[in-house]
Amino acid sequence: MSTELVTMNIGPIHPSTHGVFRMRVTFDGETIIDAEPIIGYLHRGSEKLAEERTYTQVVTLTDRMDYTASMTNNQAYILSVEKLSGITPSVRGVWLRMIAAELQRIAAHSVAIGFLINDLGAWHTPLLYLLREREKILELFEMMCGARITNSYLRPGGVFMDAPDEFWPSLNKFLDDMPNRLDDIENLLTDNEIILARTQNVAILKKEDAINASITGPMLRASGVDWDLRHRNPYDFYEKISFRRPLGTVGDNNDRYLVRLQEIRESLKIVEQCLDLIEPGPVKPEEVPFLVRPPQGESYVPIEAPKGELGFYLVSDGSISPFRCHVRAPSLINLTLLRDMVIGYKIADLFVTFGSIDVNMGEVDR
Amino acid sequence: MGPIRESFIFEFLYCHLSLEASCSSVRILNVAFIPEDLSWISFILTSFFWIFVFINAALVGVLVLIWGERRLIGKFQARLGPNRWGPLGLFTPVADAIKVMFKEDIEPTLSDKLIYVLAPILMVVPVFMIFPVIPYGAKTFLTNISVGVVFVLAITSINSLSVLMAGWASGNRFAIIGGIRAVAMLLSYEIPMGISAAGVVIVAGSLSLSEVVNNQVIPNAIFQPLGFITFLIASTAELNRSPFDITEAESELVAGYMTDYSSMKFGLFYLGEFMATIASSAIIVTFYFSGWRGPTFIPSEIWFLTKWVGVIAIFIWFRATFPRLRIDQIMSLAWKGLFELSLINLLVLALMIAIWPDPSGMQLLIMTLVNWVVFFLSIYIFGKILSPNLTGNKIKKRSVVYGLD
Amino acid sequence: MTKVLSGSEIEDLLGSNFKNQIEAIGEDYVQVSNDKSLDLFNNLKIDHQYDLLSSVTSVDRISHFEVVYHLTSLQKNESLVIKINCGEGRVDPKVKSVISVWRGAELQEREIYDLMGIMFEDHPNMKRLLLWENFEGHPLRKDFVS
Repeated sequence: MSTELVTMNIGPIHPSTHGVFRMRVTFDGETIIDAEPIIGYLHRGSEKLAEERTYTQVVTLTDRMDYTASMTNNQAYILSVEKLSGITPSVRGVWLRMIAAELQRIAAHSVAIGFLINDLGAWHTPLLYLLREREKILELFEMMCGARITNSYLRPGGVFMDAPDEFWPSLNKFLDDMPNRLDDIENLLTDNEIILARTQNVAILKKEDAINASITGPMLRASGVDWDLRHRNPYDFYEKISFRRPLGTVGDNNDRYLVRLQEIRESLKIVEQCLDLIEPGPVKPEEVPFLVRPPQGESYVPIEAPKGELGFYLVSDGSISPFRCHVRAPSLINLTLLRDMVIGYKIADLFVTFGSIDVNMGEVDR
Repeated sequence: MGPIRESFIFEFLYCHLSLEASCSSVRILNVAFIPEDLSWISFILTSFFWIFVFINAALVGVLVLIWGERRLIGKFQARLGPNRWGPLGLFTPVADAIKVMFKEDIEPTLSDKLIYVLAPILMVVPVFMIFPVIPYGAKTFLTNISVGVVFVLAITSINSLSVLMAGWASGNRFAIIGGIRAVAMLLSYEIPMGISAAGVVIVAGSLSLSEVVNNQVIPNAIFQPLGFITFLIASTAELNRSPFDITEAESELVAGYMTDYSSMKFGLFYLGEFMATIASSAIIVTFYFSGWRGPTFIPSEIWFLTKWVGVIAIFIWFRATFPRLRIDQIMSLAWKGLFELSLINLLVLALMIAIWPDPSGMQLLIMTLVNWVVFFLSIYIFGKILSPNLTGNKIKKRSVVYGLD
Repeated sequence: MTKVLSGSEIEDLLGSNFKNQIEAIGEDYVQVSNDKSLDLFNNLKIDHQYDLLSSVTSVDRISHFEVVYHLTSLQKNESLVIKINCGEGRVDPKVKSVISVWRGAELQEREIYDLMGIMFEDHPNMKRLLLWENFEGHPLRKDFVS
C-alpha cells in the first residue's frame, strides 16, 4: 500500500507550544520523520538595545528575556557587571540575591513541570496545584521589590531594597508548607501509570551527545552528567551552602521531569540555609556610583539558571553603556537536539518532549 | 398496550384523559373527557406528553451537567468553578449555549454537503432514545421493551458512524486521519462493553432492563467486579472522555474530526457528548448498581437519582485526574487487556450460573468471593503481562540518583 | 572553582604544535588565525578534554570583526577563551564553522550570521535564525541604522 509523507506546520499560535514557536514536521503515518524548528517570533533586539542603555538600565531588559525566571537573569547580568567593574557586593545583598534566585528556581520549575503534565493531557489539575505554590512565591517577591514577575531587583553591588519585616515570617511559613505540598503532588504524579507509560524511554538523550551539543542545566543532569555551576564554579556564597544534585539515569522525558521535581526540594533546603546565615547590614555598598563606568575589558560569568547555563558576555569600552552585551541563552542551545530526539517517535510524543526540554521563547529569541 | 400501563407516570396521565372504567381508582380529579372506544387518542396524547417531557428533561440535564462538571473540576483543582452568571454560576451553560448559537457558521467548500450536515444530528438524536427505556423507579418508566440490553448497546455504537461521517465530509486530510483514528478506538471498545453486558444478562436471566434491575439481589458492581471495571473503562472510551480523549485533544496536535464545524453544528457535537455521558451513567446504574433498588424509606426515584449523580461524578473524577493515553496504548489496552478480562468474567459467571442456576444466600456469597478472587488474580497477571507491552518496553518506577561530592 | 586560564597558560596548553597559529596573547584570551583553526579546536577537544562549548559570540570592533569562543572542560573544571579575527576593513567576514567539532555551535553560528553578518564556511544550514529571510542588513553591526 503506497503511503505518502505529510508535512505540516505546527504554527506559532498553538495551545501546546510554550509561547510563539513554530515547527515544520513531516510524518509518515504516525511516526515523525523530520522536525524543523523555526524561531524568531519574539525577537525584540535586546542585545542591540543594551548598547544604548546604561548598565543599570539594562537590568530591566534582562528581566524580560526569560520571563519566568527574572531574578536569575538579573543575577547573571549583575555578576558580569561586577566582575567587569571590580565592585565588591555587600554581604547582605548577596544573601538576599541568593534567596531570591532559589525562590525563582522553585517558581520556574513549577511552571515547567506543570505545563509538561498539562501537555500530557491531565486537564490542568497538577498545573493548578503547582501554580498555587508559585502564587505564594510571587507574593513573596512582591513584598521584596514590588513586582511579581519582571522584578529588576538586583543592582550592581547588591539589591536595591531590603526585604520588609513581614517578609521573613511569610517565607518561613512557605518553607514549612511546601514539602508537604510537594509530597502530595508527587503522590499524584510520579508513580502514575499513565505518566510513566507516556514519558519513559521516550526521546532518550545520551551523555556524549548532550555534552557535544552544549546542553546544560537540568536537561544535562537528567542524562547523567554531574555538572552544576553552583557546585563546580560557585558564585555569590554558594560554597558556604551544601546541597545535592539530582541526576537522571536514562535521559528520557521521565528523568527530566524527576530531576526538576527533586531540584525544587533542594532549592528549599538552600533557602533554609541562607536564612540561617544571613546577617543584617546595608544591601548595597555606598561607594557604588549611580552610573557605573567600568574600565575597558570583557567578562563572562556563567550561572546556573533554572533552564541551564546563563551568562552575559559584556565588552566595555569605558563608557556608561556596554559596548557589546551577548546573552548565552540556555533555551536556544537546548533546542539544538529537539529534532534528533523526536525522530522515530509518535506525534503525541512531540509536545511532551518539547515540554520536557523546558524552553522559554523570551530567551530563545531575546 | 401491555406493560406500559404498569408505569405509574403513564397511568396517572392516561386515566385523567380517558373515561375508561378500569382507571377510576387512579383518578384524583374528575377531568377525563375521552370516551373508552377512542382510548387510542388518549394513549397518543399521553405518549407525546411524556416524550416531550423526557426530551426536555434530557436537554436540561445536559445544561446541569455542563455547570456541574465545571464546578466539580474546579473543586478538584482548588479553585471556584464558574460563579458569575446567576446564583452559583447556574446560568453559565445558558451563556455557553447562546455563545455557540451566535457564532458564525462557516461553510467550507465540501465534497458532500448532506453528510456534513447529517453528522452532528446523528450524534445527538440516537442518544435521546436511551432515556425512555431505563427504569427510573419501581413504577416509573416510559417503555419496557424485552430486549433492552441489546437496544442500549446498539444505540451507543451509532456515534462511531457519526464520527466517521464528520471526518470524511470535512474534506480535510487531517480530519479524516483524526476521524479514522477515533472510529478505530470506538469500535475496539465496544467489544468489552458487549461482553461485560453479557455477564449482566447471565445473572439477570433476561435481556429486559427491568428484569436486570429486579433480579439484582447483590448489586452487580460487587457481584462481578471484573465486569464492572471493564464496562466502566469501555464506557469512558466510548464517550471520548479522559483518559481516552484523543479525539478532542486531537485539536492540540492534529486537527480532529470536529475542526470544520462551527456554531450550532459544533454545539450539537458538544451536546451529544454530554448527553451520552448522562445516558451511559444511567445505563451503568441500571446494570451494575441495581437501578432504583434501595431501602424503601426513601422513594426509589431518589435512589436512582443519587446513584446516577454518583456515576456521573466518577466520570468527572476520571477527567480531572488522569493524563491522556497515546492511541497505540489505547488500542493495546482494549485488545490485549479489556477483551481478555471481560471474556474471563463471562466464563467464570457462566460456569457458576450453570452449576447453581438460582443462587440464594450462601451460594451468592460464595459466588461473590470467587468473583473477587478472580478479579484480583486476573488484574495482577494481566498487569504484569500488559505493562511492558503498553509502551513496547519495560516501565517501572524510577527515582533520581544524587551526584557525589 | 572553575579555573579560568590566562593567556600564557593557554599558550602553554596548546604547546608547540600550534605556535604559528597564535596571533596575539591577551590577559585572559588567545587569538588564533582562521586557517587550520579546526585542527586546533579538535586538539583542544580530544587531547585536552575541552568538551563543552559554552558559547560562540561575536563583537564588532569597528575595524574588524571578532568571533569569541568560550570553552569549558567538565573533567578538569577549567575554562578558556579563544578569539578569531575576521573581516579586516569590514569586508567579507568569513570564519570556519566548528559544527564538526561541537554540535552546539549550530544555532549560535546561525544567529551570528543573522545579526552580525559573519559567514561560517561548511555550516550545513546557513540561514537566518531570528529575523525573516528577506531582511536586509545585519542589525548588531555598529553601522546599522534602522
